[in-house]
Amino acid sequence: MTVKTEAVGKEWPATSYEVGREKIGEYARVVGLDNPVHFDREAARAAGYRDVVAPPMFCVVYSAPALGPAMFDPEVGMNFAAMVHGGQEFEWGEPACSGDEITTTAKCLEIFEKDGKGFYVFETRSVNRDGAEVVKGTWTNIVRGV
Amino acid sequence: MSDLNVGEAIPELKVTPDKYLPHRYAGASGDFNPIHIDPEFAKAVGLPNTILHGLYMMGLVARSATDVAGGDPGKLKRLSVQFRGMGAPETEIVVTGTVKSIDGGRVIIDTVAAQGENQTIRNAEAEIEL
Repeated sequence: MTVKTEAVGKEWPATSYEVGREKIGEYARVVGLDNPVHFDREAARAAGYRDVVAPPMFCVVYSAPALGPAMFDPEVGMNFAAMVHGGQEFEWGEPACSGDEITTTAKCLEIFEKDGKGFYVFETRSVNRDGAEVVKGTWTNIVRGV
Repeated sequence: MSDLNVGEAIPELKVTPDKYLPHRYAGASGDFNPIHIDPEFAKAVGLPNTILHGLYMMGLVARSATDVAGGDPGKLKRLSVQFRGMGAPETEIVVTGTVKSIDGGRVIIDTVAAQGENQTIRNAEAEIEL
């Protein structure tokens, strides 16, 4: 069997997410962050942020929804039963703060086969209301036995 | 933190996620894949038990790198990881790292997250701004 590659270059509709203070706090507590900039507006402002600021990896909360339709797209044709999340990269730009509305688009960068495994690489780009990039994500999924 | 040197180790971060951590991470992140929260499902697909979310462990790597930059979340500029071994709840995770390069105000740290001999995240590269 071989991987299908016609979805390379395909883009999916944007998703939008409004960042909220309590959601930032919930995420920060789970990963064990205690910096008050993630919980307290005054502390965040004192540190130079517009409002309570999200931890960098909070980006999964607002960017992953854009990836859902891409991963389940029959044109991509990933076999979920044999899929693992193989690699991940994020590059951060503007901070994401409570009250920000962030729009994310997903694109298929690459699909290829190596050592009997299928590699599916997607990119997400997330921008705020001002059009400034908040984060760029590169998501690599590996499917065994393609 | 401004006296980092190439080849120097960063402080270790040790975290033992409790049994219900994957449930809380699922709620916080929105990733409810049952392999992380349902032992019967996990075993049915060939796993020994529920496994940690890879992105949770990446969150710990991000925390470790941010700590090096004095804890300011805005200082982490890039993080790239490979997920390899599967992580288990109720087992200590140790995040270790070494300064790979320093270029102007940008520092690159090589990082590994492991549970004992099992490296769950490797080839992790964090870029921070000092």
